[in-house]
Amino acid sequence: MTLTYYLVLAAILFTIGAVGVLVRRNAIVVFMCIELMLNSVNLTLVTFARATGTVDGQIMAFFVMVVAAAEVVVGLAIIMSIYRTRRSASVDDANLLKY
Amino acid sequence: MIEAPDLSLAALAPLLFVFGAACIGVLVEAFAPRDVRHPVQVAVALVGTGGGFASTLVYAATQDLSAGGEITAGGALAVDKAGLFLQATVAGLATLAMLLFAERGLDPARSAFVAAAAVPAGSPRDRELATATRVQTEVYPLALFAVGGMMVFVTANDLLIMFVALEVLSLPLYLISGLARRRRLLSQEAAVKYFLLGAFASAFFLYGLALVYGATGTIRLGEIRQAVGEDGGDVLVVLGLALLVVGLLFKASVAPFHSWTPDVYQGAPTPVTAFMAACTKVAAFGAILRLLYVAFGTEEWTWRPLIYGVAIVSMVLGAVLGLTQTDLKRMLAYSSIAHAGFLLTGVLGLGADGAGSGLAATMFYLLTYGLTTLGAFAVLTLVRDGDGEAGHLSQWAGLASRSPLTAAVMGLFLLALAGIPLTAGFTGKFAVFRAAIEEGAWPLVLVAVLASAVAAFFYLRVIVLMYFSPPAADGPTVGVPGIPTTVVLAVTASATLALGILPGAVLDLAERAAIFVG
Repeated sequence: MTLTYYLVLAAILFTIGAVGVLVRRNAIVVFMCIELMLNSVNLTLVTFARATGTVDGQIMAFFVMVVAAAEVVVGLAIIMSIYRTRRSASVDDANLLKY
Repeated sequence: MIEAPDLSLAALAPLLFVFGAACIGVLVEAFAPRDVRHPVQVAVALVGTGGGFASTLVYAATQDLSAGGEITAGGALAVDKAGLFLQATVAGLATLAMLLFAERGLDPARSAFVAAAAVPAGSPRDRELATATRVQTEVYPLALFAVGGMMVFVTANDLLIMFVALEVLSLPLYLISGLARRRRLLSQEAAVKYFLLGAFASAFFLYGLALVYGATGTIRLGEIRQAVGEDGGDVLVVLGLALLVVGLLFKASVAPFHSWTPDVYQGAPTPVTAFMAACTKVAAFGAILRLLYVAFGTEEWTWRPLIYGVAIVSMVLGAVLGLTQTDLKRMLAYSSIAHAGFLLTGVLGLGADGAGSGLAATMFYLLTYGLTTLGAFAVLTLVRDGDGEAGHLSQWAGLASRSPLTAAVMGLFLLALAGIPLTAGFTGKFAVFRAAIEEGAWPLVLVAVLASAVAAFFYLRVIVLMYFSPPAADGPTVGVPGIPTTVVLAVTASATLALGILPGAVLDLAERAAIFVG
């Protein structure tokens, strides 16, 4: 089976994630869409590692996972702090800063 | 048998200073009693950033850099002349920013930072703590990690290291922009926006990295250059390059990737805004320059139109939207977007053969812009009303009659941002415009000059307001700055003047430092 399928799947996942970030309103769901984008990158990296016959891509996927985990810690802390004040995680409710 | 990579400790000393201080800061947080924590953290932070600054200078002065620099840490870092110049700029500006963080005399609430971030904003406990002397001192180690990330970012010789450094610099910034003591809801909202958009942008950077890796089989900048040079670059390289650049332009707050900038600059505590405006800009442009010149120098005609376009959008949008602002912090945010456009004119001033003065001009501009904008935000912390900083433009009316010195210093910074001769802003702008014209990008420079003229209007409007308007009856008070803020204002104001009147030595230094290896 050709590796192109994996690349196309990864591109589709990345697009779903990107569109999700733009259209969803709940900060947690937006954040999940960003994680989806990162995971589609992982799939791309592993596919390319296979294609080029090196392990670099697989190692990079590990880096991405670690960074994504760190991002979850920081992101959820920030979303929690705003949720505890507002009782809402909607990005539309956070509208004090504009223009 | 895996061999350990070669580490040049001398070349890594600046990074070790900053990251070491950050780790000590974490330990201080865990073990020092609360009442001594603040002074200890400030001392650690100043030693870390100041030591990082000094060790870059010592390294640059003592080592033989005739080859341009050295590649160390197993090829991951390129500590070259341009990298050292940018590292020194970041560390120097960060030292000043740390002084702003440490100011406790201005606000009756005793600090710009929240007493306990975990207490929900507006709760009874939060009101109790509003004037408490305790401070969330974690901001110092967090800021140090961000500084360390920036210093790795400008020397990264590898796309993966660049990505990790991007995250190391971004994650602490997301957190500290949400830690304002006053107007906590605004601050938290700024943090959420910055985080979500920042993570979105870094996902783009990462996808670009994956595509470039797939197309070239490597992520080392120098090897990418060779691989691209051979086959001219296929569609994957072009796509990957575009995505990488989008991720970096976001950090540099270049329009159309700027939407977070005004909100975050306004919502974050002002010392943090100053830190972000000065240091993040330097780091992001350092990485953009390295990526475009080292990895994609042969792919020039792919990125040149892209950068050309976003430079125009950024300058025009920053200047025009800056006109409509009534809040000074937001106005300076749009000014920062316009300046990002001017910086991109400098990025375009690189010749096809790696000659041209674009690199030196851009690095010089980064230094002058960083100093000036840091000073301008420092002045903003002085002018206060009962509810913290008085950011609304109307509150600044007649400030000169109330505090001539504050108005004069602010006037100097605004003139420098507008690019009036005899200030650092003029020399910087002149350098980048000249570099762009030398490369034949005169239509871009024409747009840049027009945008400068438009932008000058909103800077001068503040000066006119300060000097020629009658002061409002219930106007703000001008706080007496403590030692830290006074030092920052003195250094930035004198540097702004000195680089405007006698820029020769520093321009020369930037000229000599304009070499990338890798």
